[in-house]
Amino acid sequence: MNGWSALERFLRTDPRDVGCAEAMEMLHIYAELTAAAGPAERRYPGVAAHLRACGPCGEDFEGLLAALRGDGG
Amino acid sequence: MAPADSGVEEPTAAAAGLDAESAEWVRALAGTGPRREAALARLHEMLVRIARGEVRRRGPRLRITGPELDDLAYQAAADALLAITGKLGQFRGESRFTTWAYKFVIFEVSAKIGRHFWRHPAVPLDAEDWDRLPDRFGFDPAREAEWRDLLAALHRAVDEKLTARQRAVFVAIVLNNIPLDTLVIELATNRNAIYKTLFDARRKLRAVLVANGYMGHEG
Repeated sequence: MNGWSALERFLRTDPRDVGCAEAMEMLHIYAELTAAAGPAERRYPGVAAHLRACGPCGEDFEGLLAALRGDGG
Repeated sequence: MAPADSGVEEPTAAAAGLDAESAEWVRALAGTGPRREAALARLHEMLVRIARGEVRRRGPRLRITGPELDDLAYQAAADALLAITGKLGQFRGESRFTTWAYKFVIFEVSAKIGRHFWRHPAVPLDAEDWDRLPDRFGFDPAREAEWRDLLAALHRAVDEKLTARQRAVFVAIVLNNIPLDTLVIELATNRNAIYKTLFDARRKLRAVLVANGYMGHEG
């Protein structure tokens, strides 16, 4: 990815983005659905949009997913 | 390790609809005596395992190593256990109990890493070195002629269009690469508030760059 597209991607905002508070509230539901190969993104598009844009929440999601997968989830 | 019985919220009526394993966790943790103590010990053991896995997963990107990482994992597990028992009544069975519980320990790991960087910042939180901006986004120094005007326009927009709060958050996170969770501590706020401030700043900056022809309208 070059600088232009990285900057463009950083500045682009998604109006569906629910923000950190709601994403954190839903994270266990979203992660469990994702781990089960369920339609997490389709069911919760606002959470998906947030996790794509927010580094810390995205990192928490990856961590929870790794915990579930390591746990046979 | 085990918190006292007091302070645990009553499980909700929805507990009746839980899967068997989750229902057993809720019953044991909401109870008293040896059964509760055993459940707390088992949960603590699981939380330590998840916390250690999480700090190992994040470890390569952190300037924290060895025993300090392990301490962080144990502290995260202990604090998560307190949070889980204190909020047991808020578990509504929308996931398995263990998934809900793991979420708390992942959040505790995040918060403790943020606190670590707050205590050991690589650069002052309010430093302002705009020469770092090209590198932050991976602009090729050899092709500076192609992006110099764009970044100058971005700098102007940051100075002229953002509020003081938006500017401070942009500088800390984008220029100084301060982790968002560290900024949360520094500014005594929460992740959602910082994210919203940065979200609004990003939207404003993009609108300026689009209006001045540096970026397309699409999206």
